[in-house]
Amino acid sequence: MSSKLRPVLLVAWRELRDQLRDWRVLMPMVILTLSFPFLMNEFAKQTVDFLNQFNANLIIDRLVPFSIMIIGFFPITISLVVALESFVGEKERGTIEPLLSAPFDDWQLYFGKLLVGVATPLIASYLSIGLYLIMVSRQGIALPSFSVMVQLLLLTTAHAVLMVSAAIVISVQSTSVKAANLLASFVVIPVAILMQGEAVMLFWGNEQVLWLAVVGVLIIALLLIRVGIAHFQREYLLGREIDTLNFHWMWRTFWRNFIGGAASLWDWYGRVLRDSLRRILPALAFTLLIAGVSAWLSYAWVMDNVSDTISKASPESLSRFEESLGELPDLSSLDGKLNASFLFLNNTRAVAVIFLVGMFSFSVLGVLIYMLNIGLIGGLYALFELLGLQPLPLFMAGVAPHGIFELPALMIGSAVVLYIGAAIVTPQTGKSMGEVILELMADWAKLFIGLVVPLLAIAAVIEAYITPGILLSVIGAG
Amino acid sequence: MIETQDLGKQFHDFMAVDGVNLSVQPGQILALLGQNGAGKTTTVRMLTALLQPSRGWARVAGYDVVKKGHDVRASVGVLTEQHGLYMRMTAIEYLDFFGQVYSLSPSARKMRSENLLDYFGLAEAAKRRIGEYSKGMRQKLALARAMMHEPGVLLLDEPTSAMDPESARLVRDEIARLKSSSRTIVICSHNLTEVEALADKIAIIYRGRILIQGSLDELKRQVLGAPEYEIKFAEAWDARGVQLPHGVETVSVTPTSLKVRVEAPGDANPQLLKSLSTVSAPLLAFQEETRTLEQVYLKVMAEAKGREYVQ
Repeated sequence: MSSKLRPVLLVAWRELRDQLRDWRVLMPMVILTLSFPFLMNEFAKQTVDFLNQFNANLIIDRLVPFSIMIIGFFPITISLVVALESFVGEKERGTIEPLLSAPFDDWQLYFGKLLVGVATPLIASYLSIGLYLIMVSRQGIALPSFSVMVQLLLLTTAHAVLMVSAAIVISVQSTSVKAANLLASFVVIPVAILMQGEAVMLFWGNEQVLWLAVVGVLIIALLLIRVGIAHFQREYLLGREIDTLNFHWMWRTFWRNFIGGAASLWDWYGRVLRDSLRRILPALAFTLLIAGVSAWLSYAWVMDNVSDTISKASPESLSRFEESLGELPDLSSLDGKLNASFLFLNNTRAVAVIFLVGMFSFSVLGVLIYMLNIGLIGGLYALFELLGLQPLPLFMAGVAPHGIFELPALMIGSAVVLYIGAAIVTPQTGKSMGEVILELMADWAKLFIGLVVPLLAIAAVIEAYITPGILLSVIGAG
Repeated sequence: MIETQDLGKQFHDFMAVDGVNLSVQPGQILALLGQNGAGKTTTVRMLTALLQPSRGWARVAGYDVVKKGHDVRASVGVLTEQHGLYMRMTAIEYLDFFGQVYSLSPSARKMRSENLLDYFGLAEAAKRRIGEYSKGMRQKLALARAMMHEPGVLLLDEPTSAMDPESARLVRDEIARLKSSSRTIVICSHNLTEVEALADKIAIIYRGRILIQGSLDELKRQVLGAPEYEIKFAEAWDARGVQLPHGVETVSVTPTSLKVRVEAPGDANPQLLKSLSTVSAPLLAFQEETRTLEQVYLKVMAEAKGREYVQ
């Protein structure tokens, strides 16, 4: 094992030594690491003085952890230039070829670069945080609890791993340092937005949610590392020279995969679409499993929490709830008023959103939206049960007629996103990352246009013109 | 050794290398000649297991470049088109780093780097940053890196470019020494004089295809025909009565000279000289017409371009 790791350390050590000799990297890092804690301390002092006038103790308590998070973040952004340059910089300077010609495995080269890319900003971040903590403690301001400190350090580490792994993916896929630096905003801005969310959690003081954030960020970081290694190909590092958007090639690649050499629409459905569907079958099975789990979870959650709330509710609250129930629209008035095109567009948009957010999150957010959609069914089922209604006939009448078409459409739409996420993190030899993404988009388009849209159209017509009638007859019979 | 069969590389719609067949034995030097962009670097990169062939196969030092890329890279020393030097390192640090990359022991690294730096005249500059080196010094250091682990196969792209004549001579001597120690060497070069001096085999590549390959003599004969000899007489001579032996063809005749083409000089030249001895005019010189690799190269390229133009 140590002989396998030796090249990793060798690559990392050389790179680190090179950085420490480059004043353009070193000076901003040193200045930021040492000066930012002073600035933040001064800012915290002024804020505490100001807030003391209003007895805003809660904000004062949360100010130090918040400052630690910010202090940890800044050195990472500066050091990101090291990771962004890691491969493309060597390519531009012409030093990459001897390195690629060396007897290293791909992962050894990749992890060597990743190691130094993560280590440098982390050392700077930890130093900065340490300096700030010394200053805070000398002023007699209370330090965060041990668990919050651990969370903050882990969060800083997770941010570093996330940003560096994303920067290295950019560095491998870029053709110039300029392009890599331009693409860096796709790393810094999302992480800055993420940190705003984390700051809210920090001020909210919910440690459990913060732990989830740490885990979430680490998972995305690990997926990014996996993507980087999966698409690391010596050939592409050497082959591509210029940054051009070749729309003609992009369209041709997409179209070739979309059409799949089909001679007719019948051939396309019978062969090309069937092949795509076959490819997503494991994902579809997993989507089915997720559906079961999320429906059951939301059912159980509603049964536990809502029934608990009802049992603990005061008579006044219950009467208010009953009043609000009385204000619910009369179901009979819905008959004929539900517009098929509105339902179709709404459902199509939902599947498209699952695809869009899934594409940017290795399918994680897409699957979450899918879980929410399915979870609603379980939750509603439980609520009906709690309200003393008969949920099964209601569901058979109000959901099943159009659900037979709508749910498979939703599942296929989500399964293909899950498949895309898995495919992106899987090595694809002989193909560039661009080619892989275009092929996956063609797969999605095939299934979306060929199956999801027709199924949703049928579902919308049924939901608008048939389901209300059946539901009304069941309610009427009830 | 190096062996390739129908080796090809396609980048999207562009065929960079198209069906290259090579065979270079240990102790042989193959020179790849061709215009910029002809496919020399792509071929070398496939032989270094940096690029995957689109078709065909290649074996370097006994390893398949696709299946055993790691072993290929461990057995090969490469001098790339760009030197690939880390400018903030010193020469000694640089060679030590690559010594570690190729798993040499600390003592071997020290000895090897000192020897190479000494041989290439870089010993005095060994502790200076590479960024301060001249172009020629960088070239020598890059070459030292390629030789650091004493590889069995050397792939050298323009090994003497940017070097002063003295250094270029040093490099050529070192390449000749490596050849004599049974190394397999491939050189990509535009320096035809150097190729003539070093190469056992020459391959001319154009638009990814090898147009012709063989030893220098084979190429000369194949491209320029049989060797030609010029015979000069001290005074006007009379061609009547001179019987040229079989396989000797007259190219041109002047009052004081004769130019002939000889199919098999080994057999025909003694007979030719015997025939010429009957001429009354005294023989002043008998010399082979100088035919260079440059002539071969230019003719091959002109023919290839001509064929392309016709098509």
